[in-house]
Amino acid sequence: MSTGAEVYPGGVAGGGLAPVGGGHAQSLTEEPAHGPSKRIVVAYGFWIFLISDIILFSALFASYAVLTDATADGPTGRDLFELHTVAIETACLLLSTVFCGLAGIAAQVRRHAMYYGSMAATFVLGAIFVAIELHEFATMINVGAGPGRSAFLSAFFALIGCHGLHVSAGLLWLLTMMAQVYAKGFRADIRRRLLCFALFWHTLDIIWVALFSLVYLVGVAPR
Amino acid sequence: MSTSIPEAHGDVAPGDELGPADVSHAIGGYLVGLVLATLLTGVSFYIAQSTLVWQPSIPIALSVLALAQMGVHLVFFLHITSGPDSVNNVMALAFGLLIVALLVFGSLWIMTHLDHNVMPMERVMKMQR
Repeated sequence: MSTGAEVYPGGVAGGGLAPVGGGHAQSLTEEPAHGPSKRIVVAYGFWIFLISDIILFSALFASYAVLTDATADGPTGRDLFELHTVAIETACLLLSTVFCGLAGIAAQVRRHAMYYGSMAATFVLGAIFVAIELHEFATMINVGAGPGRSAFLSAFFALIGCHGLHVSAGLLWLLTMMAQVYAKGFRADIRRRLLCFALFWHTLDIIWVALFSLVYLVGVAPR
Repeated sequence: MSTSIPEAHGDVAPGDELGPADVSHAIGGYLVGLVLATLLTGVSFYIAQSTLVWQPSIPIALSVLALAQMGVHLVFFLHITSGPDSVNNVMALAFGLLIVALLVFGSLWIMTHLDHNVMPMERVMKMQR
C-alpha cells in the first residue's frame, strides 16, 4: 500500500483514516488515497475490541485460577473433567477455525461454492462444540456439581460458559454473514464484516487453547 | 489498491487483500497452522496424562505449550505479523498482554499471600469460644 503523494495532490490529512466525505455509496468501494486500506483500518479497530474481550476473559481466568482449590469438599476438576470430550471439542474448534479462514479466502476471490461450503463446515463444527459443552454442563449439574456447589465450580461455569456464549453468538453472526453474502454478494463492505467475523472466530479458538490447556489438562494432571 | 500480496508470509496484516494467484499460498498458510496447532495440542494432551514429564512441572509445560500454540494461531490464522501494516496490531496486542499478565499473575500473587497470612477459619472459630 505505497501510494505516492504526488499522484493524489489533495490527499487526506490525518493519519490514514478513510475519508468521510464523498457519499456513502462511494465510500463503500473506494479506497483512501493515503495510508493503509480501509480493510486494514477496520481490522485494526476490531482487533482492539478483541483484545478488550481477551482482557475480559483474563479476569474470569484469574478468578478461576485463584478459586481452583476452593472446592468446599465437593468434587474437583479431576473428578469431573472428561478428557476425551475435551479432545473432541478442541478438534471441532480447531477445524472450524481453519474452515473459517478458507471462507475468508473464498470471499476475497469470490468463489461462491467454496465460501458457502466452508461457512457451513464452520457452523456445523461450532454447533457440535456448543452441543458437547451443553451436554457436559448438564451432566455436571445432574451429579450435583452445578455452579452453586462451590466457588471452584462457580468460577468454572462462569469462565467456560462465557466462552460458550461467545461461540453461540459467533454462530448467529456466521449465519448472518452467509445470508448477507447471499442477498448482497461479495461487496466490499460485506467482505469487511466477514473479515471481522473471521478475526472473532480465530480469537475464540485462541481463548479455547488457554482454557483446554490450563483449565482441563492442568485440572486432571497428576500432582 | 494494489491486489499484490507480499511473497513472504510474514509481511501480511489482518485485512490484506488476496489476488486470485495467491489462493493456494493462502490455503497453504492455514494448513501449516493446522498441522502445527494439532501437533502442539497432541503433545499437551499426551503430557497431561503420561509420566514422561516430572509431575510438578506439568502445569508449566502445559502453559508453555499453550503459549506456543497461541503464537501459531496469531501468525497463521489471524496474520498478526511483523509486516508494515501490522505494527499497530502488534502494539495493541503487546499492551493487551501486559494487562492480561498484570490481572492473572497479580491476582494469583496477592491471593496466595493472603492464603498464607490469614488464619484458617477453624482456628478463628476456636478462639472465639
